[in-house]
Amino acid sequence: MRVGVVTFPGTLDDRDAARAVRLAGGEPVALWHGDDDLRGVDAVVLPGGFSYGDYLRCGAISRFAPVMTSLVPAAQGGLPVLGICNGFQILCESHLLPGALTRNGSLHFVCRDQRLRIENTGTAWTRDFVSGQEIVIPLKNGEGCFVADDATLDEIEREGRVIARYLDVNPNGSRRDIAGISNARGNVVGLMPHPEHAVDPLTGPTADGLPFFTSVLTALVDAS
Amino acid sequence: MARVIVDVMLKPEILDPQGRAVQGALGRLGLTGVADVRQGKQFIVDVDGTLEGDRLALMERLAGELLSNPVIEDFTMRIEQ
Repeated sequence: MRVGVVTFPGTLDDRDAARAVRLAGGEPVALWHGDDDLRGVDAVVLPGGFSYGDYLRCGAISRFAPVMTSLVPAAQGGLPVLGICNGFQILCESHLLPGALTRNGSLHFVCRDQRLRIENTGTAWTRDFVSGQEIVIPLKNGEGCFVADDATLDEIEREGRVIARYLDVNPNGSRRDIAGISNARGNVVGLMPHPEHAVDPLTGPTADGLPFFTSVLTALVDAS
Repeated sequence: MARVIVDVMLKPEILDPQGRAVQGALGRLGLTGVADVRQGKQFIVDVDGTLEGDRLALMERLAGELLSNPVIEDFTMRIEQ
């Protein structure tokens, strides 16, 4: 299974995302922001970083990159897409996911090992978790405060589209402790913490992030 | 030459921690009675010729799609020809 990892100018975590795909048993495929060719990949990861310097709003300029002109319709057609941190911001700016990520309530950049609860194991990126499973993965963001209006929040809660929630502390002021959400179909997932930094106990706090990447591979095998 | 001025503000219901920090600083610097501060952005876009027809419509659309995010922000746009 071939999983594309997109690099924008200012992306930081593309190499770790590619490594996570490889450790999960997939074949990472480098995709470039300036090229609208998705190279026939079976899924795509939008990794973290500061694409286009976070100028204007985080993800606002990346949304219009050539690669996104292909990725947005593909995601709408069911292609599994995981947006991590800056990738989550890009998915919201692209309106593939509802809501927006704004400046942390504390105004401080927060970097910590964060405990989460996985709340929906029905998505393409979370099916290898157990519902209610608690995990610890790194979190590092300055603009990770998830906001949406109450009607939107009620809708995504009702549809079970909150895929992960912060435990212990809410690091950025996100509404209803939301750390990650999915679209209605469950193929597009956005997550503020970083599972790709927690795929090997040697280099991360845990290997708790690996199931995000194995999930999509099993989802693809089942679908084929 | 036309000048387009686009003001972007967070919607009233969206928490503005930057505005709140500025509010605190104003108080610490002696300004009493600051009830609220909201921080926004202003874009000044200079374009050649007059802005009308399709180009004006595109400018308006991009003010809503690129310069602001309708999920969290409102914008106003005015033109000085």
